[in-house]
Amino acid sequence: MSVRLFVPCDAGALAVGADEVAQALHKAALERNVDVEIVRNGSRGLYWLEPLVELETAQGRFGFGPVTADDVPSLLDAIIADKSHKLSLGLTEEIPWLKRQTRLTFARCGIIDPLSLEDYRAHGGYKGLTRALTLSPDAVIAEVTTSGLRGRGGAGFPTGIKWKTVSQTAADRKYVICNADEGDSGTFADRMLMEGDPFVLIEGMTICGIAVGATKGYIYTRSEYPHAIATMTKAIDIAKKAGLLGDKISGSNYTFDLEVRTGAGAYVCGEETALMESLEGKRGIVRAKPPLPAHHGLFGKPTVVNNLLSFAAIPFILDEGAKAYADFGMGRSRGTMPIQIAGNVKFGGLFETAFGITLGELVDDIGGGTFTGRPVRAVQVGGPLGAYFPRALFDTPFDYEAFAAKEGLIGHGGIVVFDDTVDMSKQARFAMEFCAIESCGKCTPCRIGSTRGAETIDKIRRGDRVAENIALVEDLCGTMKLGSLCALGGFTPYPVLSALKHFREDFGPRQPRLQAAE
Amino acid sequence: MTPKMTPVYESWDAARGAEIIAEHSKMEGATLPILHALQEAFGYVPEDAIPMIASTLNLSRAEVYGVFTFYHDFRAKKAGRHVLKLCRAEACQAAGGDALAARAEAKLGIAMGNTTADERVTLEPIYCLGLCATAPSAMIDGRLVGRLDEARIDALVSEAQR
Repeated sequence: MSVRLFVPCDAGALAVGADEVAQALHKAALERNVDVEIVRNGSRGLYWLEPLVELETAQGRFGFGPVTADDVPSLLDAIIADKSHKLSLGLTEEIPWLKRQTRLTFARCGIIDPLSLEDYRAHGGYKGLTRALTLSPDAVIAEVTTSGLRGRGGAGFPTGIKWKTVSQTAADRKYVICNADEGDSGTFADRMLMEGDPFVLIEGMTICGIAVGATKGYIYTRSEYPHAIATMTKAIDIAKKAGLLGDKISGSNYTFDLEVRTGAGAYVCGEETALMESLEGKRGIVRAKPPLPAHHGLFGKPTVVNNLLSFAAIPFILDEGAKAYADFGMGRSRGTMPIQIAGNVKFGGLFETAFGITLGELVDDIGGGTFTGRPVRAVQVGGPLGAYFPRALFDTPFDYEAFAAKEGLIGHGGIVVFDDTVDMSKQARFAMEFCAIESCGKCTPCRIGSTRGAETIDKIRRGDRVAENIALVEDLCGTMKLGSLCALGGFTPYPVLSALKHFREDFGPRQPRLQAAE
Repeated sequence: MTPKMTPVYESWDAARGAEIIAEHSKMEGATLPILHALQEAFGYVPEDAIPMIASTLNLSRAEVYGVFTFYHDFRAKKAGRHVLKLCRAEACQAAGGDALAARAEAKLGIAMGNTTADERVTLEPIYCLGLCATAPSAMIDGRLVGRLDEARIDALVSEAQR
């Protein structure tokens, strides 16, 4: 008998034993003399079930999880005997958590073999590029503009307008940069996609290169993502060999080449101008804008810098048309957002859905509350520079404008859940401390203000002139907001001020925390 | 798929260093790729390499040194035999990472960012491994470990001490 199984090679699955499970499956198959093919796919994003082993059947894929190496012998016996197993989840596609999603960007992630071009094509891959090659560059840009796609890195700038600016700027060379410097805690969508469906990024960036007249692209990612780097690099090689990168792409007259570049542990390099400095081989110091990167970017040339998730949305938009994408969403936030639910949460993972779902639905309903079983007290949305929201704001819809109206931001779509043992003045202090560690040093309010902020919050926590020091922190936050060039110094006030506003009771002399209910 | 586990590094050798620098010198913005490649080979970026990079890329030594010191990743001297990185960012904090980090520090008898006296273990903070839905997370010599608890952190510490 022959069995086809899927065991993810996603870093999140590897961290909880996927390699050990794959090895145990090989061993058990040998012992039982059955022919087992193991495909290493990406992750479906249901991380509480990882390692999620899937069995291919005529009805679809059956899931089992979370599987440990110790479960493997009984699991394989059950599979061979066609019996149920205690870890059986039924058809993976029917798991409500997955079924409720609208997967456009992540349509293939966890399904295909990430490095198989045949798999990618069989699941709709390269249809977007094929159509783009039949259109004029202006028509491609018009399609992106009409789709309403906005920058998925957090700023939400309309992607089509950025592309148009670069296309209209004359130069001997232009660049396309994918910002895959996904440093926000609580986010992992870029990593998942690079590990699970790397060709979608290559296709999206290639379409961009053709549309704006750029011939070279860089994917700037993090040294903390070694698996993503390895997969992405291999995928680029495969695409080159298949004539999908390089000269005369797919037989057209377009040239586009790609390269992965690795950062070196500097969070600030996720800011687009610091990123370009780093790519140029310099310290990751933020540049003043203007000039805009679209006019004067990498090596002084017109450059598109987009988030990985923006590029990854492009193939769908070109293939299915702008309207198909714009039909999802609310207000000015069109399409879908891959939302990442993380931290102290029962059902954490990647949930791609149309804009408009409320924060409460995401945390309580989809996330299932905390894994510690304690009440949710706060959630931080949008990474280390995002605001902390209390339960009272859980009716906020996931939408750029709605979050801005509540003095928050959606950022790169990460949600970190905290239970009621969280000490919010400690979290506010950490925001300042992180800013101090990661500041590039260019702007004084960020470079020095962050250290002074941490010291002042320490005073508050000691009970030293609490009211005056709170006023001082609020004033300092104002200075940082207005006096910093980039979002690091400019947005660090979000977590600090939101903690102060919504959790004021935590700012004062700190008692050693009671170990409640234990 | 998996990056190399227990790192084995070459001893610093200027000719080998020059070779590595030359290999990458034609890249656009070659400084970071060169620094990464040197550290990959030698386990750190030897001071002697800085002027060599500068002269190859036609930069000042100060510029290269400035780049080298800006980025958290680059080391001026070899790390311990094993490097244990614990994620200290918000998602891991929410999942109980603070207590586990303190436990690792106590077990090893060093604070974050230091190497044990026997040079076996370097303990470092890392700000996000992108494993936020299986938090708290760690990386030991390039291998990832998620869903840390007290037993797992103890096992990691003993593994690093070996």
